[in-house]
Amino acid sequence: MLRPKLIKRESESLLARIAVPILSIILAFVCGWIFLYFSGFDPGESYLRMYQGAFGSRYAISETLVKAIPLALCGLGVSLAFRMKLWNIGAEGQFHMGALAASGVALSMGDLSAWMLLPLMFLAGFAAGGIWGAIPGALRAYWDVNETITSLMLNYVAILWVDFLVFGPWKDPSSMGFPLTPRFSVNGYLPTLGTSRVHIGLILALIIAIVVYIVLQYTRWGYEVRVVGESKVAARYAGMNVARHILLVMLISGGIAGLAGMIEVSGITHRLQQGISPGYGYTAIIVAWLARLNPFTILLVAFLFGALLVGGFSVQTFGISFSIVLVLQGAVLFFLLGGEIFLKNRLVWVREEVR
Amino acid sequence: MKRIPLVKMVHINKAFPGVKANQDINFRVYPGEIHALLGENGAGKSTLMSILAGLYQPDSGFIEVKDKAVRFHSPRSALSQGIGMVYQHFRLIPNFTVAENIVLGAPDAAFLLHKQDIEQEISALSDQFGLEVDPAAIVGQLSLGEQQRVEIIKMLYRGCEVLIMDEPTTVLTPREVKELFKIMRRMSDQGKAIILITHKLHEVMEIADYVTVLRRGKVVGEDRIENLNEKTLTNMMVAHEIEYSQVDRAKPSGKLVLKLQDVQVPGDQDYMAVRNVNLALHAGEIVAIAGVAGNGQKELVETIAGLRFPSRGTISLDGEEIQTLPVKERLRRGICMIPEDRIGMGLVPNLSVMDNAILRNYNHETMNSGFLLNYKKISTYTWKLVQDYNIYLSSIHHPVNYLSGGNLQKLLLAREIDQNPRVLIASYPVRGLDVMAAESVYQILLQEREKGTAILLVLEDLDDIFRIADRVAIMYEGQIEEVLEVNQTDIDEIGALMLGADKIGVRYVETQAN
Repeated sequence: MLRPKLIKRESESLLARIAVPILSIILAFVCGWIFLYFSGFDPGESYLRMYQGAFGSRYAISETLVKAIPLALCGLGVSLAFRMKLWNIGAEGQFHMGALAASGVALSMGDLSAWMLLPLMFLAGFAAGGIWGAIPGALRAYWDVNETITSLMLNYVAILWVDFLVFGPWKDPSSMGFPLTPRFSVNGYLPTLGTSRVHIGLILALIIAIVVYIVLQYTRWGYEVRVVGESKVAARYAGMNVARHILLVMLISGGIAGLAGMIEVSGITHRLQQGISPGYGYTAIIVAWLARLNPFTILLVAFLFGALLVGGFSVQTFGISFSIVLVLQGAVLFFLLGGEIFLKNRLVWVREEVR
Repeated sequence: MKRIPLVKMVHINKAFPGVKANQDINFRVYPGEIHALLGENGAGKSTLMSILAGLYQPDSGFIEVKDKAVRFHSPRSALSQGIGMVYQHFRLIPNFTVAENIVLGAPDAAFLLHKQDIEQEISALSDQFGLEVDPAAIVGQLSLGEQQRVEIIKMLYRGCEVLIMDEPTTVLTPREVKELFKIMRRMSDQGKAIILITHKLHEVMEIADYVTVLRRGKVVGEDRIENLNEKTLTNMMVAHEIEYSQVDRAKPSGKLVLKLQDVQVPGDQDYMAVRNVNLALHAGEIVAIAGVAGNGQKELVETIAGLRFPSRGTISLDGEEIQTLPVKERLRRGICMIPEDRIGMGLVPNLSVMDNAILRNYNHETMNSGFLLNYKKISTYTWKLVQDYNIYLSSIHHPVNYLSGGNLQKLLLAREIDQNPRVLIASYPVRGLDVMAAESVYQILLQEREKGTAILLVLEDLDDIFRIADRVAIMYEGQIEEVLEVNQTDIDEIGALMLGADKIGVRYVETQAN
């Protein structure tokens, strides 16, 4: 009788490292195919339309990039915390706080020149997101409160704050009841690249990825972060201040997600409104994890997930619910994590003699 | 009359990634025999016995019990054939009573437990084999020796006829070892077979009837104990003779370096882990702290290194008080430490050898240029350590977990000694190392002693103490009562003090009063 058996690999082969993710994604789409078929849609045509919606034209690609930017930034933010084994799942809230603070600056100081206003908005976005990350950080660092729960809870608080402002004090009187603030002054718009909707947030995401990489790999502070992330006991033994590192990393992690929020209101919506994020902060967790926390891979994965979002929006006109995109996202994650087993182990068939 | 072996393992092969743990091994045990399975760490003893206990399946080969071929899929199927193993780390539930632990998972346990019946059965077994233990006691409150007895009874309760004991004496005090050996003898007298996995020669000479020696996954020798002596066994184990380094105790030690006065340290729970400890450490001497693990040794050395702070008392280095200084400052003043947890505290798992080499001096200007770490210099530095201390590795970029235990310890020693310590603390420096690796660690420590470093070792093995230490401080329940010159004491005296012998009378009276 042949029996399957997993044997631990001594090292991950390069081939497996490339093949396993690709196969996993293919399997996820096969899974979605079955799902679409039984929902009464033509899977082939649905996928074609999704592809066209995400990559089919200059406009499509620019839309994909527009969605990829906040995903990449939030992904970079959470990846920093994940490096320290701090489970910051509060990027969604940090994103909202960043958007809120930047909007506050833009709405109250709209007369300033762009050279003054934009940096102030950046600062406000980073600070607000940072504080939102630092709250669970401080609770964790000094009182050992589980940051997973606190950071998650603060998401709802942040989203409700935004709701409160756009339904209440900051509501545009001429919005005919829609939950929006007035438009920012043009000085508060992030410059775009060419004539597309793609804004310089793209460049910022690239810069932040490079900075994160260099800081983690080559600076003393990055070294300390890596040590604390792997073993807090070893960090204390090396004389590092573990609590301060936890606090600081959560602050920066939240700050980067806050920047993403600032960039979204300043570059795309040009106002604060309800539902500014279709769950960027949550999807970013998947992005960071799939990229194995490598900053450059995060950029690539964010682009793919941006495409999935845009493709999903585009088939809504075709009658397919957006939920199918969430199913696909889930399936991709599911198969990739499952694929990890084959990356770490080898499947062999062993012959077992029957008694 | 031809004797039938209780258990026969034939042509056993077992490979793990990168290692052939067992190669074509034949092994037999007869009823009433105490069979020692001897070998260095990594020789394949535990693998072979895990196969016999049903934990692993062999790649090829077969097992016979009383001349009948069997196949084990799990420890439970091995137990059903009367084979049970007592692991080095006990598998007991601390909050349960002895009786509850013993019936837990027993294959024929009734759905409703009859407490009295079970306790009676246990008492009967205890009497039969001299295993004293109270069935109603909570396991978490028992000593390690008593817990071991519970494990043994657990196996006997399940009808075990072959009892495998994995390094059973590691956690015991000398007196408990003697008791264990008596129990083992009594079990063998009543027809049970006992397999003793060990790397300690004197234990084999003392208790075994028959010895099988493993080296690198193969049987390299087996014979009745009468035909063997320690020397022939050593030669079988390591394939060549070793010259043991010796400490020269005639050399007088230097001036006072480290002084602890009335040091009191709170433990992790609500108790005092270290109580009123006084200790003096001189240049060029090795002081060993002996004691059963968990008597405050860990807390004491961590307090000296700056990882814990005393609630009372002073620690002075060259006459200056340091008890409030942080780790970094103590490092700068030359207090270096090799912790008990090599990977986890001493070294960072998953980080490269290079990153680990600078764990204690990454702040030093020679490792940095501006606010960037200078990896070119770090790599040169790491290679220097690797070469100076004969550390075997394939790449300094690989995660440190790829190194063997001996090389990990050498890396730790290299890194700490490179800081030019005034005081070098090492906890269990040779634990888990094979004879060769342990020997090179001793040599490094003795060289440091020659250089005039004050060395404090936490040791558990009495043989180690006699080999390397000048003086020995016995720690019991957080206190150091006696500091003895090693060449004016003996194993029995240290063993008794480790158990708090001078206090036993007092404690007995206290419990009577309750």
